[in-house]
Amino acid sequence: MDIIEQIVSGDVRTIARILRDIDDELPSSRSILQRLYPHTGKAHVVGFTGSPGVGKSSLVDQIAGFYRKESRTVGILAVDPTSPFTGGAILGDRIRMQRHFLDPGVFIRSLATRGQFGGLSKSTNDMVNVLDAAGKDVVLVETVGVGQDEVEIANSAHTTVLVTVPGMGDDIQAIKAGIMEIGDIFVVNKADREGSRKTVRELMNLIEIGLRRREGLDWEPQIVETEAVKGKGVDKLYETIEKHKAHLQATGSERWREVVEKRTRIQLMSALRDQALKVVLQRLDEQGTSVDELVRRIVDRESDPYTIVEQILDKGLQ
Amino acid sequence: MAHARKLRILVAKPGLDGHDRGARIVARAFRDAGFEVIYTGCHQTPEQIASTAIQEDVDLIGLSILSGAHRYSFPRVLELLKENNAQDIAVIGGGIFPLEDIPMLKECGIRELFEPGARLSDIIDWVRENITPRKGAEESGASRL
Repeated sequence: MDIIEQIVSGDVRTIARILRDIDDELPSSRSILQRLYPHTGKAHVVGFTGSPGVGKSSLVDQIAGFYRKESRTVGILAVDPTSPFTGGAILGDRIRMQRHFLDPGVFIRSLATRGQFGGLSKSTNDMVNVLDAAGKDVVLVETVGVGQDEVEIANSAHTTVLVTVPGMGDDIQAIKAGIMEIGDIFVVNKADREGSRKTVRELMNLIEIGLRRREGLDWEPQIVETEAVKGKGVDKLYETIEKHKAHLQATGSERWREVVEKRTRIQLMSALRDQALKVVLQRLDEQGTSVDELVRRIVDRESDPYTIVEQILDKGLQ
Repeated sequence: MAHARKLRILVAKPGLDGHDRGARIVARAFRDAGFEVIYTGCHQTPEQIASTAIQEDVDLIGLSILSGAHRYSFPRVLELLKENNAQDIAVIGGGIFPLEDIPMLKECGIRELFEPGARLSDIIDWVRENITPRKGAEESGASRL
């Protein structure tokens, strides 16, 4: 059987291997992605993001259970940080997901950021495509624990779930730009803790302000309180995710297409950027120009970064 | 220009003992050595371990055990890997077990065993010398599986 057929038919070992090849940027993975692309576009991609320790993994675990009850297949991509010093990583999101390990309807992959900022790894979008092509009905993407500005997930997912907990900060935190703006659904997890109602109220204010500012926004972000470890409120979250999907896909609505176009544009730009850089670096290499030498010239003030870039691009265009 | 392939290792604790201090220290040492470590916590069945290793596409599984069930769980992991056509994933073990069990475990296919007192640097050196990240899916003939 051809490798593409194997992936499309859901062969676990082949899928696992191709994900690794993508992560390691093997040239062969690119041609496989090309051939897989016609099989993509069916899965609902749901992103979970929020600060470290708010309960993203536990929620993903619980939500996966709800999809499985309806016999829908689930792919999970869980991102953890890479050490900036050693390049190593400990990927521990699976600890919370053990009950799905033996379910053939759930495929879980842990990945490391590998130096990428923004909450995801560079490979995440390509990996989503593989799981999509492999026939997963839904792909749950869990970002690395994020701070305030890691909003890439909103460009990868159709539905973005922002997870927070009571007592994370006062209402000034809530009006900051960045991460608080990307949630289609807000979850206040660990809702048994003191201050949960207050956090919900703050989020309600934030959403109201946001709606007034962003005209033409026809989805009012929802707030759900959960206690992921006990499974409380997760049914409501599941319903809300489904509601958001239905909203995007409503007949006569262009929302789903808009979201897909936004994702596609960003993926195209990132693929172009990667490939363009590779091509340029390869040409330099073929011409015998070393990057080290260019750096030296800049440091010694023989030239500057702007001139060098112009020169490289002129040569590249010849 | 292509990135060096990164070694991926699953550190897992089969069976019922709940002491994972050793496993965590080894996991951390692997991280510091630049490997990507998947850590799944205590109380894993051999089935869970094999399934995780395959989904995560690791090169190596490090099993840690203190309960005495190694004579069952270690060979069982190897058996399951084989059943799933994943016998190329290497398995090593560490923890507490009678020295006289080592030949039996090695015969089953456990590549190396590390007893209490083994130095972290010895474990890492062993991994560097003996485990190389596998080739790409197409080159290694995954399509023929």
